Amino acid sequence: MSTAGIDSRRSAVWWQRIRKDFPILDRRIHGKPLTYLDSASTSQKPRCVLETLQRYYERSNANVHRAIHLLAEEATFEYEKARGKVKRLLGADDPREIVFTSGTTAAINLVAQSYVRPMLQEGDEILITHMEHHSNIVPWQMVCEQTGARLRVAPIDDRGVLDLDEFQRLLGPRTRFASFTHVSNVLGTVNPVREMTDLAHRNEVRVLIDGAQAVQHGAVDLAEIGADFYAFSGHKLYGPTGIGALYARGDLLHQMPPWQGGGEMIESVSFEKTVYHAPPHKFEAGTPNIAGAIGLGAAIDYLLELGLADVARHEAEVLEYGMQVLSELEGVRLIGTAPEKASVISFAMEAAHPHDVATILDREGVAARAGHHCAQPLMERFGLPATTRASLAVFNTREDFDRLAGGLRKVNEIFG
Amino acid sequence: MSDLRDLYQEVILDHNKHPRNFGALEQPTSSAEGYNPICGDHFRVSVELDGDTLRDVRFEGSGCAISTASASLMTDAIKGKTLREIKTLHSDFQKLVTAEPGAEHDPARLGKLVVMGGVCEYPMRVKCATLAWHTLKAAARAETKTVTTE
Repeated sequence: MSTAGIDSRRSAVWWQRIRKDFPILDRRIHGKPLTYLDSASTSQKPRCVLETLQRYYERSNANVHRAIHLLAEEATFEYEKARGKVKRLLGADDPREIVFTSGTTAAINLVAQSYVRPMLQEGDEILITHMEHHSNIVPWQMVCEQTGARLRVAPIDDRGVLDLDEFQRLLGPRTRFASFTHVSNVLGTVNPVREMTDLAHRNEVRVLIDGAQAVQHGAVDLAEIGADFYAFSGHKLYGPTGIGALYARGDLLHQMPPWQGGGEMIESVSFEKTVYHAPPHKFEAGTPNIAGAIGLGAAIDYLLELGLADVARHEAEVLEYGMQVLSELEGVRLIGTAPEKASVISFAMEAAHPHDVATILDREGVAARAGHHCAQPLMERFGLPATTRASLAVFNTREDFDRLAGGLRKVNEIFG
Repeated sequence: MSDLRDLYQEVILDHNKHPRNFGALEQPTSSAEGYNPICGDHFRVSVELDGDTLRDVRFEGSGCAISTASASLMTDAIKGKTLREIKTLHSDFQKLVTAEPGAEHDPARLGKLVVMGGVCEYPMRVKCATLAWHTLKAAARAETKTVTTE
C-alpha cells in the first residue's frame, strides 16, 4: 500500500474528470445524481472494461487452449495476456504463479482444500484475525471440521488495529497456516502484512493474504511482502464479476494436488491414468471465465495507467476529508480509526439503525451499505448488529462526502 | 423528503422510540426467535395462549425502526384476538406492505397497522416489516427453531 513513487500530483479537477470514465455515474437515483460509496462491495466499471468485454464477444469469442482456428488463438492469447497483467499488478515473478479463480472466496477455498487440508492433523492450528470477512473464516472452519484442527483468532483493539504481539504469541508449535486480510472491509485497517508474514515465516508457517480490499487502492508488491498466497477479486477492481486470481508461490503450487477435476486441467486422460497439466492450468478445470479474465486485464490496464501511487494518494485525501466531515456530525460514531487506514469508513448513528440510514441515503441518491458486511464476529467485537459503510473508489471526491453528510443530517432530522 | 415521511410516519417513529409490550413474558405458552441475516434484526416473540385466544404477547430484541415499530404495532393489534383473527390480520398486513396487485385488504380491520403501508414503496424493507409477524407465527406454532427472513 505504498504511496511512494513518481510524484505526479493531480488536481481535484483531474480526479473529477475520472467520473466521465464510468457510464453508470450519469444515472439519476430517485431524481438525484448517483453518489456511489459502495465500492468495497463491488466497484463500478469504466467504459474501457465494458468495451473490452463487448469487443471480445463480438470479435474473438472462442474457447481457450483448444482449437487451432484464429478465434481460439486470439481468445487464448488475450486470456494469457490477462494473466501476465495480474502478475504485473501484484509484482509476482512468473505468470505461472497466477491461477484464475471466480474470486477471492474461491481462491481461499482452493488453498484451504488443496494446500492446507492435506497437511493438517488433529490438534493443529490455523491462525486468522478478528477482522476477517466470512470468506476468510468459513473455509478454515470447514477444513478444521474435516481434520480436527483448531481455528485461532488474533484479537484487535478498539480502534480496529491488530494486536501484533498476540498474533506473534498465537503462532505456536501447532500452527500450520495463517490467513489474514490486507485491508479490512469494515474498518479500513491496513494490516502490517509484511511483519505478519515475517513472523509467520520465522515459525515456518505459510501465509495467505486476502487482498480483496487492497489491490485496487495502492501498489501491492508481493516480492516485498513475501506472501506465499495472495487472493483478490476482479469485480472490486473495476473488472467484471465472477473473476479473480490467486497468486501462489511456484514451488508450493507444484506440490499442491488439483482441487477440481475436468477438462482444461489435464494433459492426457485414459481410464487407467490421467496426467495433469502443469500449474496454473492444473487448477483451472473447465472452460474458464475467459471474458472475465480479459475484462479484468482491461481493468488492470486502466488502474496502472492512473497510477496506483496516485490513486492511493487521492483516495487517502478523500478518506481523510470523509472522516473529518463525519466526525463533526452529531450522533455519529466512527467504527475503525486505525492510523493506517484505507478506503473504508464505517459508522453507527445514535438516532437510527443502519438499515434506516441506508434507506434515507438512498432517497438522496447516496449508495452506501448497511449490514454486517459479512463480518459478524467483528460486529460482535464492537457490540453492534450492523454498521453503515461508505467506501471509496478512484472517482469519489470530497463532494460525495458532502452529499453523504447531507443525507445523514436528514437522518437526524427525521429521527431526531 | 415527503416520500420518506410516508415511510417514517410519526406513529412509526414513536413506536420505534417507545416500543409497546417490550420484554419477555413471565410465563409464556411458547416463544420463537426471528432473525434477518442481511441486516441483523433479531427478535424474540413470546405468547400466552388460552385455548385459541392470545391472552398476552411481548417481544424483545433489536432491529431497525421499521422492524421494531412493526413488532410493537403488531403486539398492540393482536392482544386478545383469536388465532383465526390473527391469521386474517397477518394476511391483510402482508398484502398492505407488499401491495400485491389486486390484493384487497380491509383498512378497517387493519386499524393502526395501516401506518406501515408506506413500506410497499420500499421492496428492500418488506422483510423488516414482516419479521415480527413471521416470528409470531412460529411462536403460535410453538416452533423452537429460529425463523429467518431468507
